[in-house]
Amino acid sequence: MKTLVEAINDGLHQEMERDGSVLVMGEDVGRAGGVFRVTAGLQERFGAERCVDTPLAEAGMLGAAVGLCMVGWRPVVEMQYDAFSYPALDQLITHVGRYRWRSGGKMNVPLTLRMPYGGGVHAPELHEESPEAYYVHTPGVKVAIPATPGDAKGLLAAAIRDPDPVVFLEPKVLYRGDREEIPEGEHCVELGQARVVQDGSDATVIAYGAMVRVAAQAAQTLASEGVSVLVLDLRTLRPLDEETLLEAARRTGRVVIVQEAPRTAGFGAELAAIVAERALLDLRAPIERVTGYDVPFPYWRLEDMYLPSAERVASAVRRTLEY
Amino acid sequence: MQPWPPEAELIEIEPKHEIKASRTGSPEDVALDAPDRTIRRVIGDGASAADRLLEGIGSEELLALHRDMVRLRVFDERAVGYQRQGRIGTYAIFWGHEAIQAGAHFALSADSDWVFPSYRESAIGVLRGLDPATVLAWWRGHPAGWWNPLELKVAGIAVPIASQVPHAAGAAWGMRLKHEPGCALVFFGDGATSEGGFHEGVNFAAVMKAPLVLICNNNGWAISTPVARQSRAAALVDKALGYGIPGVRVDGGDVLAVLEATREAVDRAREGEGPTLIEAVHYRIAAHATADDPRLYRDDVRSEQERHHECLARYEAYLRRQGILDEATAEQVRADATEEVRRAMRDVEALPDPDPALIFDTTYAVPPEQLLRQREIALAAVPGAVP
Ligand SMILES: Cc1ncc(C[n+]2csc(CCOP(=O)(O)OP(=O)(O)O)c2C)c(N)n1
Ligand SMILES: [Mg+2]
Repeated sequence: MKTLVEAINDGLHQEMERDGSVLVMGEDVGRAGGVFRVTAGLQERFGAERCVDTPLAEAGMLGAAVGLCMVGWRPVVEMQYDAFSYPALDQLITHVGRYRWRSGGKMNVPLTLRMPYGGGVHAPELHEESPEAYYVHTPGVKVAIPATPGDAKGLLAAAIRDPDPVVFLEPKVLYRGDREEIPEGEHCVELGQARVVQDGSDATVIAYGAMVRVAAQAAQTLASEGVSVLVLDLRTLRPLDEETLLEAARRTGRVVIVQEAPRTAGFGAELAAIVAERALLDLRAPIERVTGYDVPFPYWRLEDMYLPSAERVASAVRRTLEY
Repeated sequence: MQPWPPEAELIEIEPKHEIKASRTGSPEDVALDAPDRTIRRVIGDGASAADRLLEGIGSEELLALHRDMVRLRVFDERAVGYQRQGRIGTYAIFWGHEAIQAGAHFALSADSDWVFPSYRESAIGVLRGLDPATVLAWWRGHPAGWWNPLELKVAGIAVPIASQVPHAAGAAWGMRLKHEPGCALVFFGDGATSEGGFHEGVNFAAVMKAPLVLICNNNGWAISTPVARQSRAAALVDKALGYGIPGVRVDGGDVLAVLEATREAVDRAREGEGPTLIEAVHYRIAAHATADDPRLYRDDVRSEQERHHECLARYEAYLRRQGILDEATAEQVRADATEEVRRAMRDVEALPDPDPALIFDTTYAVPPEQLLRQREIALAAVPGAVP
């Protein structure tokens, strides 16, 4: 039985064991084992040259990781918090996502950029961001977001093994949440396979990360009202499992998309566009989005009203049913 | 076909000044010596090292500085307690940093000069009239904690490391462009010197000859990372040479050494001579923040030693040796400071829950229509909210 933090830690141990070119780097990841203890024990096990405390420089870290890739390493870079990955966005956009393309498709950039993300933890400013849209908007970059300990371990392994750069966003509100039985030893969950959390016939709720739990709670409430909801956990935003998504949309005819990030140009807008383009005539109600608002993540005494709640999701589903 | 580059851009640039041979080729270049790595002190140890006196600072000012330090100390001690009691959230402890904060701030003029704090200097505004309740509200996640930087010339708390350095460079530069007498002072840590924002900000200020004082709070640690893993420079002050600005190293536990160095830097700034880097060297005795457990990465021996050498006790001993501070005054100052913070916490707890409308109303001067629609829907769902 492992928490999400323990599962990622387990996954890192497995992948470093399996492949001597995997190298973990970041601020406070070595000696202290990370501010969330995600990298605990790695330095003791693999040495200070494979679990490296770096200077406090995110752009430097990610840029150096590109160079490490060029000479045969497979770096796993930790950003201490979501917002502190922003100094590295320049490297991500101008190089990480482009080097394969720039090399005529010949050079791999097999790095993984992991970070805790998202709200609900009552932290000071810039510790509760949901930056997935910046990443998924960057060509050449993949984005994985686990919602369970087992997926965290399996998707991380897939991210590390992938020949392309993968941004791996860890919902920090779930870090020490529910424990779960997870596969021992090597465990890989292929990127691009959505997970049906629960099947249903009246409406589909699409979510990822911490919002999967919210969606499932809403589905439970609705079940007591006799409404059958299909809950879909995307697991990866790129590659995106369009097939599962569209099949669910067509079959249920009603779609509610949940995202914690601000609304405008969020990933939910992309999902809505895909459903509209490919399944519009199968829909029985307009698509609903339940999102954060177009404001900076609020001071934490107001975060509960900002974050999509099960109640907001349930209301959105009811609107699609009453349409 | 257009010629390339277009002819209009092929203007010859006449050199305005004769360029003297120098390291950078900059016409205004003055050969700077490498910064002195000696750690400057004013406060003696009551034994072999003698106390110095600061010119132009009388006993009234020395006592005012003492009051500043005590107010910060008491704020910090009580804030840590409030965090433990769940009355505020995670809190960045500055116990032992009061000499740097109060000493540097004392050299400024509140009328003209700007301060740019990091999270470590969250309460610095209290020294120029900000209500400690505001700072406690910030740590409590309450919007009452967001102050207007323009009011007291105290910038917002910068959470991303080093991101405030370019802001301070810009403010300083801007004041110079307007021929205003003000300068800017920016606080940042030893870890911050590794960030691009630090480099770009300092270099910018140096090139613009901006009236900026850069205070590097070198407490030896960036969370669990020791300064030796942050830089190979023998001293962080050495970096000044690379930017072509003077650098000074002071004992960060000696409030008067910090004050003296900052005063000199402020004078230089006001005379149009540009920025100065001050490295204040000390040791982070407390944890990084209330959520941090230093036992994971360092032993307690050094912290315990340093605790006996902490900055407020050192300053109080100095004042006693000078016959300026008596027991009754010291106690009164502490009692007043305690009452001030107690009152502040009571005020914060008496605040009504924040108005949810605020998050929508403070993002834009003129909120876009989409946001107004989001506001309407959000507030309709909040019981008791006034749309
Ligand atoms: C850009 C950025 N990266 C990482 C962090 C997380 N973080 C918070 S404090 C800290 C250490 C800062 O050390 P230092 O600059 O020495 O200042 P000190 O905390 O010692 O005052 C780190 C890495 C951050 N706030 N911003
Ligand atoms: Mg430090």
